[in-house]
Amino acid sequence: MSKKLVINTDWCKGCGICAAFCPKSTLEVVDEKVRRKDGADCILCGMCEMRCPDYAIYIKEEDDD
Amino acid sequence: MKVDMTNVSENTMNISDLIYKYMRIEHLPHIWCPGCGNGIILRAVAQAMENMKLERNKTVLVSGIGCSSRAAGYLDCNSIHTTHGRAIAYATGIKMAHPDYEVIVITGDGDASAIGGNHLIHAARRNIGLTVIVMNNNIYGMTGGQYSPTTPHREFGTTAPYGNIDQPFDIAKLAMGAGATFAARSTVYHAPQLAGIIEKGIRHKGFSVIDVTSICPTYYGRKNKKGSAVDMMRWQKENSIPVEKAKDMPEEELEGKLVVGVLRDKEAVEYSEEYSRLVDAVQGGIK
Repeated sequence: MSKKLVINTDWCKGCGICAAFCPKSTLEVVDEKVRRKDGADCILCGMCEMRCPDYAIYIKEEDDD
Repeated sequence: MKVDMTNVSENTMNISDLIYKYMRIEHLPHIWCPGCGNGIILRAVAQAMENMKLERNKTVLVSGIGCSSRAAGYLDCNSIHTTHGRAIAYATGIKMAHPDYEVIVITGDGDASAIGGNHLIHAARRNIGLTVIVMNNNIYGMTGGQYSPTTPHREFGTTAPYGNIDQPFDIAKLAMGAGATFAARSTVYHAPQLAGIIEKGIRHKGFSVIDVTSICPTYYGRKNKKGSAVDMMRWQKENSIPVEKAKDMPEEELEGKLVVGVLRDKEAVEYSEEYSRLVDAVQGGIK
């Protein structure tokens, strides 16, 4: 299994909670939508997913094939 | 985003498996404001259901009226959106008819402690096996920011333009005073621990109340110059004290702080079981 960060911009309301509480500061809000900073070192901890009020950001587990 | 559910057999959208499994995604994104904490609490409820492997056909979500109470429309289990303040009354009926069901009430601070204040204290007194999760945002959000029973003293609401002269309720303490056998407090900042606390509340046999401090940047935040959703959540981080630590602290140091964690967890006879015992006794002849 591998993990990756997924952002659903359709559901993001740009509150900025995920970006403010990301322990590695890997996120930023631009034009009311969250996005990953260039070259940011996401550790896939999932804090953003737990605190996102809108279910717009999460860690996806995928089968390796 | 408009989601056409007719041809969707598996989760191929940008939606996490938890949300896909437990929410009515055709109703998402939800109606709550940007930065509102209610969505965080609802996710924690879904996570608790997943952790406990709760059977959704035997789980009932009951809500009243208010921002919080929109939750019944989003969580995909048996759900009922009832009248203002009466969620606990409906839930009591459901629990009595189906004692084997998990009955969860999602309510707000006004719904639980003002309009439904009597239902809250009497359900606590009876120790009926409900789990009451209060989305406590310190204001009536849906109707435009009127002060509620949990709005702090001298803070502002649209109906308190010169400051609130009432003293606030502490809902967890109120429920404990009325006899609740499980009481906990948490905040939306503590989302990583929240699902575990909700799980404990659901597993508890008897009346459980979980008072979760939410954030309302639109009304409570704006009226009281609390800043953005991020500022409000930072305040929660900086002003919360775990219950284990609070035990050794003097009262004046706890002034204005949120004591978070499980405040009470004790055993007592549960109401629907007691009722069933009575029915058996009467039908079999009282011994």
